[in-house]
Amino acid sequence: MVESLDQLFVNLKHWALGFLPEALQPLVSAVLSIVPLVAVFGGLFAIVTIFERKGLGRIQNRYGPNRVGIPFTDIRLAGFGQFIPDGIKALIKEDVVPRAADKVVHFLAPVVLLIPVLLTYAVLPIGRNMTVVDFDAGVLFFFSVGAAVEISVFMAGWSSRNKYSLLGAMRGIAQMISYEIPLILSAVTVIMLVGSLKTSDIVAAQAGFTAGLPNWFVLTPWGFAGFVMFLIAALAESNRAPFDLPEAESELIAGYFTEYSGFKFALFFLGEYLGMFAIIGLGITLFLGGWHAPFPFLTWVPSYVWFMTKLLAIVFFFIWVRGTLPRLRMDQLMSFAWKFMIPMALINLVVAAVWHFMAGTGAARWVVCALLIAGPYVLLGRGLMENKHLGKRTYRFAD
Amino acid sequence: MSPVFLILALVTLLSAVAAISFRNLVHCSLSLVVTFAGLAGLYLQLHAQFVGFAQVLVYIGAVAILIVFAILLTRSADTPNHAVLAPGWLVGIAVAVVVFGALGLAILKSEAISKKVPAAPEATVKQIGDALMNQYVLPLEVIGLLLTAAMIGAVIIAMRDDKEAK
Repeated sequence: MVESLDQLFVNLKHWALGFLPEALQPLVSAVLSIVPLVAVFGGLFAIVTIFERKGLGRIQNRYGPNRVGIPFTDIRLAGFGQFIPDGIKALIKEDVVPRAADKVVHFLAPVVLLIPVLLTYAVLPIGRNMTVVDFDAGVLFFFSVGAAVEISVFMAGWSSRNKYSLLGAMRGIAQMISYEIPLILSAVTVIMLVGSLKTSDIVAAQAGFTAGLPNWFVLTPWGFAGFVMFLIAALAESNRAPFDLPEAESELIAGYFTEYSGFKFALFFLGEYLGMFAIIGLGITLFLGGWHAPFPFLTWVPSYVWFMTKLLAIVFFFIWVRGTLPRLRMDQLMSFAWKFMIPMALINLVVAAVWHFMAGTGAARWVVCALLIAGPYVLLGRGLMENKHLGKRTYRFAD
Repeated sequence: MSPVFLILALVTLLSAVAAISFRNLVHCSLSLVVTFAGLAGLYLQLHAQFVGFAQVLVYIGAVAILIVFAILLTRSADTPNHAVLAPGWLVGIAVAVVVFGALGLAILKSEAISKKVPAAPEATVKQIGDALMNQYVLPLEVIGLLLTAAMIGAVIIAMRDDKEAK
């Protein structure tokens, strides 16, 4: 029973494929893997936008959307129908293209954004046996395809012929390139210790429990440091607050997609959220045990439920961060990436190697590795703050 | 020749031609991105996953962005007025044909082509990693050192000289 619930979707696909002639099977199998993925994450996008608006409203002491329910009925659903009118509005809105814009590039930019973002989902293990294509170099595929997003940002910013757009694109690309390095370096620790770039192997390496706790990489010193760095870099890669400089509303209107309206704007919005889900999904795969259950007595819950639960938990964390932290300045952003994140990620690589070679020494490697991370962290933080003369903040009119 | 190869080859060649014939430099660099992507597709078609993905990561993710940045930071994005083709383009084509012919002849007459092609080994990422870290570790380290030196040099050139400013 538990087994069949866990493999429900896999078996359903095989059952459906059984009705088809041999020649059609590979094609239909691919379609049957892709369509549910796009539908589920598209639906998740719709729901998360509402959660985000309501959550931000809660943090800022206001209601957020609470009117729209199911159209043409009186059911209000506490505002959770908001995405339907939003979507319809985006669809029927006039598509304004600036006269000076480079029409072809302007048109292609949202497409170029969405295709790589959707491709990254191919290697994510959503559940047991639920990876679309299990590449031998899966993690590398994820990062290489993700790198194509920068081209789209440039295309959107340049083709609009708008100073705000171009500034937003320059900021966006600079930020993405800078934070891509700590992102990849923190993922490399996991690849080093697992010895494989295959996402399914990485998940399999985190199976099982020790003393009631899961064997997730986040519960090791290097894994914890790596996970924190991965999350910070993921926030920056998906252009979310406090790293939302590329689209800082108060400075640049909407950054590189200022000149997009109607459905193209919605596509940018969609691409940004799908990119965020994908990178969180990779973080879960690398550090949070993928689709594995956190406790032995919870293993009966289907694997895909665990993946989605972890995904939503981190999405809520991101919303919380967005509602709480102020935006960084450009120089702060850059110095944080190059002077703090990259050295720490490099040190973390060494710590992961030490962890690997101290296998079998019991508690000693925990102490050594924890010290090897905590020491540089404190020293680096102190060193960077030394010349800033940051004391206790004094207020002239408050108090 | 499979249809996939034909499509990839066409995309790569057409975008390469576009990259040298567009007037607008940004358009050229964007067509170059398509060429890089087509090449990556060709590598993937040859079952060289690692090379294909690395091609995308390095060329589209880094080199193309670098080119685009360089164009934007060094000159205005206005399109030049002069003709795309250089005046001596006929001579250029003739030279290119001669060079291609010579190279093609040399390759066709060499012994390498008559040898039987060995069965393609299934090169996994693990094998590539083992080769890089064991057999070719010295070249790898030398390249790493060279790149680090280049980066430090670039930082020193870009660093503001405070003493002179004062």
